Amino acid sequence: MANREIVDARGLSCPQPVLMTKKALESSKNNNFEVIVDNATAKENVTRFACNAGYRVKVTQDGEDYRLVLDK
Amino acid sequence: MSNKKSYAGIIATGAIIGAIAVILVVLGNPKNMGFCIACFLRDIAGATKLHSAGIVQYFRPEIVGLVIGSMAMALIGKEFSPKGGSAPVTRFFLGAFVMIGALVFLGCPLRMVLRLGGGDLNALVGLAGFAAGILVGIFFLNKGFSLKRTYKLPTSEGFTFPGILVLLFLLFLTVPTLFAFSQKGPGSMHAPIIAALIAGLVVGAVCQKSRMCMVAGIRDLVLFKDWKLLLGFVTIIITALIGNLITNNFHLGFSGQPIAHSVHLWNFMGMLIVGLGSVLLGGCPLRQLILTGEGNTDSAVTVLGYIVGAAFAHNFGLAGAAASAESIGGPSISGKIAVMIGLAVMLVIAAMNVAKSKKNA
Repeated sequence: MANREIVDARGLSCPQPVLMTKKALESSKNNNFEVIVDNATAKENVTRFACNAGYRVKVTQDGEDYRLVLDK
Repeated sequence: MSNKKSYAGIIATGAIIGAIAVILVVLGNPKNMGFCIACFLRDIAGATKLHSAGIVQYFRPEIVGLVIGSMAMALIGKEFSPKGGSAPVTRFFLGAFVMIGALVFLGCPLRMVLRLGGGDLNALVGLAGFAAGILVGIFFLNKGFSLKRTYKLPTSEGFTFPGILVLLFLLFLTVPTLFAFSQKGPGSMHAPIIAALIAGLVVGAVCQKSRMCMVAGIRDLVLFKDWKLLLGFVTIIITALIGNLITNNFHLGFSGQPIAHSVHLWNFMGMLIVGLGSVLLGGCPLRQLILTGEGNTDSAVTVLGYIVGAAFAHNFGLAGAAASAESIGGPSISGKIAVMIGLAVMLVIAAMNVAKSKKNA
């Protein structure tokens, strides 16, 4: 929990949130990420990408933002 | 939210778009032009006298339907979210050049797909250029290209563009003499207003839900090995193909195609800048209309750029001419130069927005 890596993609529209997530997953040894996005399209796309990459995804809505917790 | 469900959604959307496009042609739209965002915005630019090309002037209700259908769906789904501020001026000019590229080819990516479904092989050349442009765009995305983030805006800002569009539409319905209408040519061919409006509303609503985008299909496959949006793209071709076969509108070949030309190099180059520009903008012209309906004002500015680009394309004779018995058609020298200027402007914009975002990454 403590070493969860945060990817803040708020305000960005696809494909950038997915690209940022992809880069984070590829460049980090960490298996625990939190991606923050602020639109439903990005939420869906990041979720689909992370699931395809073998991660479990838990989505919580935080006001206007979506927090996606990725782990495996 | 399962993957299967979103795949089913995009396939259904593709089938609905393909089927409605074929029906709109039967009802009076030009062939292979059940939907064409570039052509329809160009016709609206003509109707509002921003250009005076007599054959392409009509207030296309489909455009109004697409924006309002998307807006209704976004409001229902609580996804209406006014925002903007991500390089609006840059987007305006990218939009203008995307439009010029599309009008040199004679169609936006959606019409390119519908032309494929009608057997027009010139669209295959366009598709090659479109894919090439997308690959160039992906090169810059991988380098860190970004037009930066959007910011939340007041609700009224999100309603402004759709509101003005509806106002113009009401004027078109009540005081049509204000506008210019083609007596011949593509602008004179149209489905009944109510059918066109309903078609737009339905397609706008399903596209909002499914995130349908012509450019993202190829982009996401290359970037993420994600097939979802490409499935929609392919489904439109297959549905339009079946529909065209049923309605006897399928003709395979390069020549004799409706509102098209066979000047291959410029079909390729026109769609190349459409592909590149659309990757930089984050979506195809159809998607920009849908996002406008969701309250995205950057997309609204992009649509205004399309309209101004269309006006320039016809005021300066940049658009490709359709082939006819007398002429092979294609763009004029000015049209070719405009495409090359567009390409240069896009490459400069792409390069200028790479370096800074690298520092932020």
